[in-house]
Amino acid sequence: MAKLKGKRVNPKHFSTDQIKFYVILIPIAILMILPVVYMANEAFKPLGELYAFPPTLIVKEPTLNNFRKLFELSGTTGVPMTRYLLNSVFVTVVTVVLNIYITVACAFVLSKKGQYRVTKWFFSINQMALMFVQVAVTVPRYIIIVRLGMIDTWSAHIFPLIAMPIGIFLMKQFIDDVPDALIEAAYVDGAGNFTVIRKIIIPMTKPAIATVAILTFQSAWQATEASNNFITSDVMKTIYYYLNALQTNNAVAARGVVAAGTILLFLPNLIMFICMQSRVMSTMSHSGIK
Amino acid sequence: MKKVKRNGDFLTSMLLLAPYLLLFSLFIAIPVIIAIGLSFTYFDVINSPTFTGLSNYISLLTQDEIFLKYIIPNTFKYALIVGPGGCVLSFVLAWLVTQIQAVPRTILTLCLYMPSMVGPLMIQVVWKTVFSGDQRGILNSFLISRGWIDMPINFLLSPDYLLTIIIIVALWQAMGIGFLAMIAGILNVNEELYEAAYVDGMKNRFQEVIYITIPSMKPQMLFGAVMAIVSAFNTGWIGPALSGTNPTPEYAGNLILNHIEDYAYSRYEMGYAAAVSVVLLLMIAFFSKVAGALFTEKE
Repeated sequence: MAKLKGKRVNPKHFSTDQIKFYVILIPIAILMILPVVYMANEAFKPLGELYAFPPTLIVKEPTLNNFRKLFELSGTTGVPMTRYLLNSVFVTVVTVVLNIYITVACAFVLSKKGQYRVTKWFFSINQMALMFVQVAVTVPRYIIIVRLGMIDTWSAHIFPLIAMPIGIFLMKQFIDDVPDALIEAAYVDGAGNFTVIRKIIIPMTKPAIATVAILTFQSAWQATEASNNFITSDVMKTIYYYLNALQTNNAVAARGVVAAGTILLFLPNLIMFICMQSRVMSTMSHSGIK
Repeated sequence: MKKVKRNGDFLTSMLLLAPYLLLFSLFIAIPVIIAIGLSFTYFDVINSPTFTGLSNYISLLTQDEIFLKYIIPNTFKYALIVGPGGCVLSFVLAWLVTQIQAVPRTILTLCLYMPSMVGPLMIQVVWKTVFSGDQRGILNSFLISRGWIDMPINFLLSPDYLLTIIIIVALWQAMGIGFLAMIAGILNVNEELYEAAYVDGMKNRFQEVIYITIPSMKPQMLFGAVMAIVSAFNTGWIGPALSGTNPTPEYAGNLILNHIEDYAYSRYEMGYAAAVSVVLLLMIAFFSKVAGALFTEKE
């Protein structure tokens, strides 16, 4: 029984028998972040170091030249890089905000309105759609976008991204834990569904909202499907699309600039995740599929 | 508890459901139905589709030499390693990080999750540099400096290496959202269960994992497994991106995903591409079904 003293999972204090876990974890963690570290160093390398032989990992004389060049760049049709960046910011912000509202509203109904057959039925369809791989339906999606007259509009950027089954799924699981009694009491006091969402659901599901926000952000910020397929005019494409094109067409010459761009685009992702990681983890404890 | 009967509740509920329901139908449900429909037709984008029955599926399974000889074996090899492999790797690493204190756990979790955050562009750029075929490639330069090889190996254009490289990259970024779910799941297991099990004669940590941890977090395991499978299939684009050509040399890095693109965008045979899409969706459903059979809680 002596063994059981001291917590084993999620220990509060350090003990020597944890060393073995660190010995395995730290090398793996280093292997995982090494490519990112390399990329970050590339972004600050001057020309000489970028093409040095043998290649080096750590930058010796860091410079901001690559970043400066990145902002001075413009596309083949003369659209400046900052315009692409602005497009990305716009699309991402609108998508995230819209998606939070749509997801909370839908998840609330799926979670608390089980008495209607349509909600149960739709939740199981949505759960099935967790396995959905969007590449499989690129062509039908294109056909639909054309038919709806959405080609070359901002809505072609935004709406396909909001159809995100995993957001609904996580949110619904989280709302399941909001006590029914609380909602019933609000109804007795004369509140309607909209008030319940505003006054009870949103304040009580902040972690899940943060998680949905971060997942939407990641998919919207890095999306290229719309720019590749649904948007024809250059001024409406996104920075991710632009850097991708730069990378494909000009891999050798633009090496430092591409590195600077990828790091710049990765930073918001990283910062958001660091800020919200405890909320994400608390959402994930509700993520089980039953 | 008795539900309060309220007028208009059904109506506002449906109103709240409507926006997502609409977008879900437009961009997920209907596209899947169209894909299934198109898969029974010949459709070249210009002329309207003509019904051809099962002929797409028949030629896919009997005449498409590339599909049978390269795509299917590649996809199965890739999916069987990256799907279950990614899932096991996620679980093992999740278990390891839960055995240490909260602060170092947060840092290590961030490191392990980072590859899932970097996005397709950085994945491409980084791994292209690592496996680059000239002597400036990081792996080549390392191998040469050690004297293990004399001439740089053209990893990304070599049929012998490409699939392995794709698998390595996919495993590298396998610790995604399912991994986070598994950590949360392990942390949530009721500690009294462990204590009770030790009283009943459980002897070591391995037994602990097999008899207590995994059974107590089956819902999270299932979620993690499904996410692992989906992410495996979603990462399939990487082959042509790394080698810079589609098809890749001798189709070595072509997975079923790339076959769809090949037919849809290079040959404009949309009906045929749709049939391949349907096969892909069925494959994912099959793998998820297996995961479901393993991890569904018995009532």
